[in-house]
Amino acid sequence: MELREVAHEIGAPLRDGEHVVVTGAGTHDAVGNPTLATCTRLRVPSGIVTYEPADLTVRVWAGTPVRELQATLAEAGQEVPLDPRDPTATVGGVIACGLSGVRRLRHGPVRDAVLQVDAIDGQATLFKAGGPTVKNVTGYDVPRLLVGSFGTLAVMLQLILRCRPLPAASAWYRVSSPDLPGNLRTAMLRPAAILWDGRDAWVLAEGNEQDLAAEAEAAELGEPVDAAPPLPDAAHRGRISVDPAQLGALAIRLRAISGLRWLAEVGVGTVHVAADDATTLLAARTGAHECGAWMLREAGGDGCDGFGTALPHLDLARRVKAAFDPRGLLAPGRVPL
Amino acid sequence: MLDHLLADLANAMGPDRARAEPLELALYARDAGVQAGAAAAVCFPRHADDVAAAVAAARRHGVPFVARGSGTGLAGGATPMEEPLVIVTTQMNRVLDIDVASRRAWVEPGVLNLDLSRAVAPYGLHYAPDPSSQQACTIGGNVATNAGGPHCLASGVTAAHVLAVDVVLPDATTARLGGLAPDTPGYDLRGVFVGSEGTMGIATKIAVRLQPNPPTVRTLLLDFTAIDDAAATVSAIIAAGVLPAALEMMDAEITRAVEDFVGAGYPRDADAVLLVELDGLADGVAADVAAVSDLAMAHGARNVRVAADEAERQLLWKGRKSAFGAIARIAPDYYLHDAVVPRTQLVTVLREVYAIADECALTMMNVFHAGDGNLHPLIVFDARVPGVWERVHEAGNRILTACIRAGGVLSGEHGVGLEKRDLMPLLFSPDDLALQGRLVDAFDPDGLANPAKVLPAGSRCGEIGRRPVPEGAWI
Ligand SMILES: Cc1cc2nc3c(=O)[nH]c(=O)nc-3n(C[C@H](O)[C@H](O)[C@H](O)COP(=O)(O)OP(=O)(O)OC[C@H]3O[C@@H](n4cnc5c(N)ncnc54)[C@H](O)[C@@H]3O)c2cc1C
Repeated sequence: MELREVAHEIGAPLRDGEHVVVTGAGTHDAVGNPTLATCTRLRVPSGIVTYEPADLTVRVWAGTPVRELQATLAEAGQEVPLDPRDPTATVGGVIACGLSGVRRLRHGPVRDAVLQVDAIDGQATLFKAGGPTVKNVTGYDVPRLLVGSFGTLAVMLQLILRCRPLPAASAWYRVSSPDLPGNLRTAMLRPAAILWDGRDAWVLAEGNEQDLAAEAEAAELGEPVDAAPPLPDAAHRGRISVDPAQLGALAIRLRAISGLRWLAEVGVGTVHVAADDATTLLAARTGAHECGAWMLREAGGDGCDGFGTALPHLDLARRVKAAFDPRGLLAPGRVPL
Repeated sequence: MLDHLLADLANAMGPDRARAEPLELALYARDAGVQAGAAAAVCFPRHADDVAAAVAAARRHGVPFVARGSGTGLAGGATPMEEPLVIVTTQMNRVLDIDVASRRAWVEPGVLNLDLSRAVAPYGLHYAPDPSSQQACTIGGNVATNAGGPHCLASGVTAAHVLAVDVVLPDATTARLGGLAPDTPGYDLRGVFVGSEGTMGIATKIAVRLQPNPPTVRTLLLDFTAIDDAAATVSAIIAAGVLPAALEMMDAEITRAVEDFVGAGYPRDADAVLLVELDGLADGVAADVAAVSDLAMAHGARNVRVAADEAERQLLWKGRKSAFGAIARIAPDYYLHDAVVPRTQLVTVLREVYAIADECALTMMNVFHAGDGNLHPLIVFDARVPGVWERVHEAGNRILTACIRAGGVLSGEHGVGLEKRDLMPLLFSPDDLALQGRLVDAFDPDGLANPAKVLPAGSRCGEIGRRPVPEGAWI
């Protein structure tokens, strides 16, 4: 179907003044705040629209599962470094929640991967923002604003994403590290990830095979291990965002919380936390606040606030919201405005 | 009114910080682009407080305001329209803090791009975005234009390197957009501020990411007897999965001009040369050097020269970076364009661009960021020749139209400013533009921040009933 037709069809409830929310694979429904149960659920199509490997760009429907996208790109030796926890998540869902993957240290946040968005605003008007080329400063950077907006500004229909060549080789290493492994960051040129759980550190290196071996030797990483460490998983989960320079201070607090499992992205400042009960998860949030950080609820939490903090510059954020969705129809409540 | 404004500014910032002498105002009537405007007054804040006071004073007197760094912008972004107060940041030029372990720095907006990289060099770090104007342009201007440079191919343009921006918003309040933590709750206001060309407020302090210097760097000069072959090589390199640190193209005319100017050892008889830089760890770089050399030879390169040492490498880059100096020796005036096309369209679009220059009887050269498809067609001319401006304009518009038809965009790094605002409908529908207008209105409901920029007339609420851009403002 054509973009215009899809936009018209999906926009129908908005034209009728209904509250709406996009449902992708549903893997991110518990991230942040829930929206109204009475929202009309919208489905966005799935599938790759155009893919030009030599341009390193791909145009997809927002409803495309990340796994499906990566499979197609891999055939041409490429990828988009999205890395959601659950690869059945849709591209639109990952971008809307703005959750970057564990390879952010090397590949940057998800917002750097979005080049163009075709979407409908709260008035059901189809618009395009950004542009199809890898470099572009024509007009305001609306795509970045949509990343992490939790569907409260627009319903994304199609996205053009920047692809990258798959690394020639990649390897995970594991070293014992009771202390924050800050030295690993400087011992290597561009590690793809340094993960740390307070006992061990895992390092992901990407690039030329000989270089990997040489760097691993120089940094005393030992032999590669089979797999990445699993992200902490449990009924109650969150992601802390902390100034990476404060990670040591935060780790002291997280260590003191019994029953909390955590894995920190060193050099980035994202800390994945999980617990079997909501109280423990919320203790992690308190620890985060003490370090000037904040925690986004990703699952569970027994009805706790999804963000646990007021949005900065609330007046401005509200005016931005009104510019896109003056009637407040898009995913009301999802972001604490 | 003007006297009151000046008195208020002097009061807030100290005497002699604000001026309105005609000669001084003339200096600030334009940036490095072609259109001129007129300022009501100019002021030189030293601190964020001064900037807030200047914006507050301008508001009190109903005067718009425009931020200005070094004025090297090429799209008229800093050109004063609607008789604004020009707020010059060049005296806010301190590198405030370098955090080596976390690889970031806080800087004031008037710090020059190259000065930042010089300041962090002792720590083995650099600031990646390196516009060709890096000796002169400010980080504040770079943030406002989302500047790029040769080395942004692999590492990304300014937006990917800005962590946080302290701003004075158009209502004279202050805000920190973004932060040092990887994510901020709520909307990415930092992301949309970057590239907003001074229309969403004034940056007073910026946190940037720094990059480690790569241990191995190889610079190659590829020499072609047909520009089509050079363009095809660019596409082939990208398609092969090699991501060079930089991939620049220079056509025959500019290669000769540069060689005559700096003697970098460029082949004077080439139809085009590519300057390719590969960096990283030793083996990966060696593999990439081999891959690029093979691809170049397979696509008809006459010669591949790998810089033997740092001195030769610097010389090759000096050639590229002196391109604009070299042009000044050929003709008194030049008009530098900026557009992007998908990399697979380079061959076709380049042919079209040269044909347009021919048909308009103009001399055109191309020196550009080929790796990301960012063309810089450069028209050289003598403005004293009657009728030449009309031809320059016609060629420019036709070139941009051709780029957009090939799936490209209006600007890759210089911005829209004044120069391209009326061309925005080539790329965006009225609905797209209306949305962008509402977005900038959310930051600046009264339309006082750098009016008449980025969006075509009629896109904003605040501008209703205000003076339009004067016709024939070209100089
Ligand atoms: C020879 C030459 C080569 C160039 N090469 C490149 C290149 O390779 N890549 C590239 O991207 N550009 C290039 N440029 C263009 C120009 O240098 C960049 O746009 C640069 O970022 C402008 O910086 P500036 O300090 O001169 O800003 P100005 O020209 O003073 O201002 C540019 C815009 O930024 C706004 N602004 C300035 N400071 C602030 C602030 N503190 N807060 C908010 N808004 C602000 C202004 O209002 C204006 O809209 C080149 C220019 C020249 C003359």
